[in-house]
Amino acid sequence: MSWRFAIPLVVVIALVAAFWRGLFLNPGEVPSPLIGKPVPEFSLPTLHDPALTFSSDNLKGQISLLNVFGTWCPGCHDEHPLLVEWSKSPPYGVPVYGLNWAMHQPSERAAAIKWLQRVGNPYAAIGYDESGAVIMDWGVYGAPETFLIDAQGRVRLKHVGVLTEEVVQNKIVPAIERLRAEEKQ
Amino acid sequence: MIRMLSVCIAMLFAGSLIAADVKFDDPQKQERYEQLINELRCLVCQNQTIADSNAELALDLRNKVAELIEGGKSDAEIVDYLTARYGDFVLYRPPVQPNTLLLWAGPFLLLLVAGIVLVFTVRRRAQLADSDEESIS
Amino acid sequence: MTPELGHFALIMALGLAVLQSVLGLAGAYRNDIAWMQTSRTVAAGQFAFTLIAFTVLTAAFLGNDFSLLYVAQNSNTALPWPYRIAAVWGAHEGSLLLWILVLAGWTLAVVLRANRLPENFAARVIGVLGLISVGFLLFTLFTSNPFERLEIPPLNGRDLNPILQDPALAIHPPLLYFGYVGFAVPFAFALAALIGAEKDVAWARAVRPWTALAWLFLTVGITLGSWWAYYELGWGGWWFWDPVENASFMPWLIGTALIHSLAVTEKRGAFISWTVLLAIAAFSLSLLGTFLVRSGVLVSVHAFATDPARGVFILAFLATVVGGALVLYAIRAPQLPAGGGFKPWSRETFLLVNNVLLTVAAGAVLLGTLYPLFLDALNLGKISVGPPYFNAVFVPLMLLVLAAIAFGPITNWKRDDWRANVRTLKLPLVLSVAGIVVAIAITWGRGGVIVAIGTWLALWAIFAAFAEPVMRLRHRRDAGALKRIPLSSWGMSIAHFGLGISALGIVAVSAYGFERDAALVPGGDAVDFGGYSWQLEGLRNIRGSNFEGEEASLQVRRDGELLTTLQPQKRMYTTQRAAMTEAGIDARLDRDLYAALGEPLGDDAWSVRLQVKPLVRFIWLGGLLMALGGGIAAFDRRYRKPLKESVAATAAERAGANA
Repeated sequence: MSWRFAIPLVVVIALVAAFWRGLFLNPGEVPSPLIGKPVPEFSLPTLHDPALTFSSDNLKGQISLLNVFGTWCPGCHDEHPLLVEWSKSPPYGVPVYGLNWAMHQPSERAAAIKWLQRVGNPYAAIGYDESGAVIMDWGVYGAPETFLIDAQGRVRLKHVGVLTEEVVQNKIVPAIERLRAEEKQ
Repeated sequence: MIRMLSVCIAMLFAGSLIAADVKFDDPQKQERYEQLINELRCLVCQNQTIADSNAELALDLRNKVAELIEGGKSDAEIVDYLTARYGDFVLYRPPVQPNTLLLWAGPFLLLLVAGIVLVFTVRRRAQLADSDEESIS
Repeated sequence: MTPELGHFALIMALGLAVLQSVLGLAGAYRNDIAWMQTSRTVAAGQFAFTLIAFTVLTAAFLGNDFSLLYVAQNSNTALPWPYRIAAVWGAHEGSLLLWILVLAGWTLAVVLRANRLPENFAARVIGVLGLISVGFLLFTLFTSNPFERLEIPPLNGRDLNPILQDPALAIHPPLLYFGYVGFAVPFAFALAALIGAEKDVAWARAVRPWTALAWLFLTVGITLGSWWAYYELGWGGWWFWDPVENASFMPWLIGTALIHSLAVTEKRGAFISWTVLLAIAAFSLSLLGTFLVRSGVLVSVHAFATDPARGVFILAFLATVVGGALVLYAIRAPQLPAGGGFKPWSRETFLLVNNVLLTVAAGAVLLGTLYPLFLDALNLGKISVGPPYFNAVFVPLMLLVLAAIAFGPITNWKRDDWRANVRTLKLPLVLSVAGIVVAIAITWGRGGVIVAIGTWLALWAIFAAFAEPVMRLRHRRDAGALKRIPLSSWGMSIAHFGLGISALGIVAVSAYGFERDAALVPGGDAVDFGGYSWQLEGLRNIRGSNFEGEEASLQVRRDGELLTTLQPQKRMYTTQRAAMTEAGIDARLDRDLYAALGEPLGDDAWSVRLQVKPLVRFIWLGGLLMALGGGIAAFDRRYRKPLKESVAATAAERAGANA
């Protein structure tokens, strides 16, 4: 009968194990339910020329990256040089598309154009989301965020936060390689 | 991330913009709206509901909820809409599904187990009390 | 030069704490009186050095010594001096130093009363407390040194977080710590009982006042935190089931169960292993709270700046202390005496029911708080658990507690006649039913059946609270009878009364309140709701020593008559660039009128949140009454008698109850 006195100890051991694991997780990061699903359908005017369109169709047919940014976002400024590098010699030819989140600032369009002129434009095309509806469809909750989309137009990876060399080398590029291997089969 | 946190803490004490921006003529819809926004988690300032948060995204989400209610969607449909985009994290009321069965059933099970232990203990002690009395008499 | 003195003092304190543990525990093992006696002196020395360290840090804050990194991060020359003192515990390192000081203080208090305890037992208690001190001192010295210097001191500091620049919140951490840390005392008593395989439960009597005092502080600390959140955060809420709120609430629930379990152990020598387990659990939950706030494992607005190294250390400490205690429990608890029998309808049963309900409640809160972490750790998904879950799970349990609370005090130990008890409660029953009828009439039945039941049970608990002292008077009505009612009886009744009052406040404010968000223009139209008329009269600029902002003047009328002018503020603290809201509140016992400024909407309009909050003050009044009850009970004459005498008295009582 005295084994029941060990029950609290067993419970605590399990808790400590869970806490240990928990120390190395990020409780505030929200995983994307879009992974594995087709990209949300959308159609936006492009940043530089509102008469032209950037839509979900652009994201089908090849592996691509979609980067959500805004001039109001300090992290976006931080990761920008890396994106410019990427666009100059994209690994496996993967292009980067841009989604400019206006955040209800009517001046964002002009500010973004000016900013990109100054620091360089790494994007193959940029959609301008004035109302924030497309942002919400992608489940974006902060900037910067970057999505990896496969050739069939499915979302396969989401990175929340600033892109660094480390993230690119250890997360993005291996994921692209896996997608390419998948395609060959 | 740290910047985000300090912005949120600052906004926590800045008071709420809230539903001054949305109002329904239909009181039932208003009630549904208020109930929903008080059960949805703000993804930016993650310690607040979208009702209380001042973040832009919270404002957008409130407007979206209002839009969906106006469009005749049910509460369940609105919840589905949001979880399709943000996952279960956005719900402060955890959905009842396989990975939350233990959560919802847990307290009840605990009470059940404790109750059984209670009954056994009381029975055993009652017998003890009887035998005490016998040995005295 | 002086700050190094503080650092040195901490190192001395660590050395003394180690010595204290060794002398206490080994001394008891070896039956070495000299060692055991010396451990007490050493403990006093540890307190002295800890106090020196704390004083040095406080002096650094008051003197604006920005060469200390911690001072530079948390203070500023524009900060008013009382808040410079509060800044000492405003962030991680300093709050740890406060933890250590409070622990050393409780240890000293135990040392001063140690003559009432058997020598070996006292030494073991002091030894265990010493081990805990060692752990915290090591943690502080190795990962969180508040005396770290900056090579190039800045001209001015970053200022204290504006949240903490408030009297209630300045005092909130010390009060909580007195509570959390105070549970180390029953923890140490419990371990000492296990180590010594004590057959005698006299230690249970000895530890009751300590437990009540620790519980009292925790009650006040939580009450204060809730009240602060209400008037400071601008949303009119008073509890959010935030992980760190829960981290303070769980030890409170278990601490309450512990107090009641100790009563049974003391009076009837029963439930010893439960009492010991509860004592271990209460302090373990305190340590868990420390872990949750500082490790980054959960998302919380309360969280201190986190650091993986710190998280690992605290987890290791938590695992060692709690794991060690539970290993000891697993080995020794089977050897503890079992205690006597009792009939199903007896005070023992009701206290057991009470403990079951409180423990299940604490378990439910723990489950909800940690569940997102479990799922994430097992890669099973990412969810949130918030107020809808906790309210759904906690409220039914509390309703059961309110129902049962009337019976325990008036039921005899070992066996009683249930018909007689029900008869005793006739008056409370009648009064509470009358009360719910009145409530339904006034509120037009708002809230439905659950609310009605909740209101009725709260009233039931309120009216039944003093049934026990009244019962004593019924038997002997002479002049001295009132004086002969022991303090423990008054304390219990006041505390139970306080719980009923809190419960009534919670039901009322949740079910019968009104809330509206309005866009108001100065001098514009009034908004009518909740039975009042609200009008924004004007707005003016304000300025404080380290902030500037706007203040609104909001007039509230009823039936055309001006009741009050609320003055909510919006402040911008210049150094930290943080905005804060100060709600405008007209506080009355029966209701609060509440207004908080939101944002300027353009065209002079502002968004304002307006609320009518019936009986909201009852929530905190009830909390204070509970604490008062605990305090009164702690000073009962029984505990002030030397232990040997009171042990004999307990034995006599027990013999009398058995007959």
